[in-house]
Amino acid sequence: MSEATASQPARGTSDLVAVVEALIFVADEPITAKLMAEVLDEDRQAIEAAVDQLKLEYENRESGLQIREIAGGWQIATRTEFHEEVRKFLKTRPSAKLSLASLETLAVIAYKQPVTVPEILEIRGVQSASAIKTLLDKRLIVAKGRKETVGRPMQYGTSKDFLIQFGLKDLSELPSIEDFEDLAGGLS
Amino acid sequence: MSQPEPETYSFDFHKETAEITVKSSDELSIKIGEFAGPLDLLLYLIRQEQANIFDIPIARITDEYLRFIRLMKSLDIAVAADFLVMASTLIEIKSKMLLPRDPNVDALGEEMDDPRQELVDRLLEYEKYKSAAQMLYEKTTVEQAVFVRGKIESDESNAEIDASVFDLLTVFQKIVARHADEVKLEIHREEISLADMIKDLKRRIFESEELSLLTFFEEMHSKRELVTAFIAVLEIVRTEAVKLIQKKTFGDVILRRI
Repeated sequence: MSEATASQPARGTSDLVAVVEALIFVADEPITAKLMAEVLDEDRQAIEAAVDQLKLEYENRESGLQIREIAGGWQIATRTEFHEEVRKFLKTRPSAKLSLASLETLAVIAYKQPVTVPEILEIRGVQSASAIKTLLDKRLIVAKGRKETVGRPMQYGTSKDFLIQFGLKDLSELPSIEDFEDLAGGLS
Repeated sequence: MSQPEPETYSFDFHKETAEITVKSSDELSIKIGEFAGPLDLLLYLIRQEQANIFDIPIARITDEYLRFIRLMKSLDIAVAADFLVMASTLIEIKSKMLLPRDPNVDALGEEMDDPRQELVDRLLEYEKYKSAAQMLYEKTTVEQAVFVRGKIESDESNAEIDASVFDLLTVFQKIVARHADEVKLEIHREEISLADMIKDLKRRIFESEELSLLTFFEEMHSKRELVTAFIAVLEIVRTEAVKLIQKKTFGDVILRRI
């Protein structure tokens, strides 16, 4: 009922930048421009411009924080330079890394999704069952339905958590798999 | 292109012996753990031999590969079936390469049926994903240096925060209504105290000289009463001039005034 009266269409640019900052700050997950536009009753373009402005402000004043585009949304995070200090305060250690087998399996899934277990085996030349289980447990991959072929094998793809944990805007931000060809060719 | 391959080759899957010395096996055992699969091992061996991936010295690489599998077995590492599949592929390619070439095909183009081609394609394909895995590793390393704020308690993560005093009152009334019956029952339960029970028991013994505990306990209506009655019996035996008599094992116990 109060939607129309609560919104302030005559928000100035600096006001918008400020309120966008507030929303990104409180959001638990990267918040999309679309969602902010809905909440603030503003154009998506205006939101995007405000985010860009905000991002620039952080960079210009060499803030300890940064505005990052992650998994299709925006996020406030600390700058990498301060990881030692932050970690000292939080008393955390870098979490356990994925094994080589898990990383390889994840790479195949990320580039070939949706992909079945036999297709992963074809590329890696080795069974990947335990790696797939690890990746499912860590919610980096999700089942994406069955392939309509013999045996109807389950297909897998990467999750939103994958984008968040690997700091990616979206899948298109991954370098093209063909870019790795030079590396492969230069093996002699 | 293909050098003359030496014929010295034999491999028997059942005749595995620990032929590698302790020193070198220690050194190699660390390396074995790092291989993500047979293709990975193969790439490593090719690099080790400083060979060209497009012109793999198949005999040398096959020997090296089989040596690794033997080593893995001698170290009691379960050799995954996938490694054995690759071994057989290598042996197959090797034997194909030993066959004399068809001079007609040679005239057309020698690359036409290189038995190694399929393997090379797979290796190149695999190598791309191996590099991609490396890239992911770097990304996650960078990502671990970035921190976001902890979760804020919001209405969603903590629903109770949304309740007003009236909500609490309503809920409280509901709870009271639901427990109304039980409350009544509890008042009813106050039936007899231990002191009353002892008094009652004493009175009955003095009236009738002796009392069957079986009948006494049977008069009780609830577990709680029964427990009280039992404690009363113990108490009365301790404090009063009464004794317990049991005529036969597992028979009734009689409480008798002395």
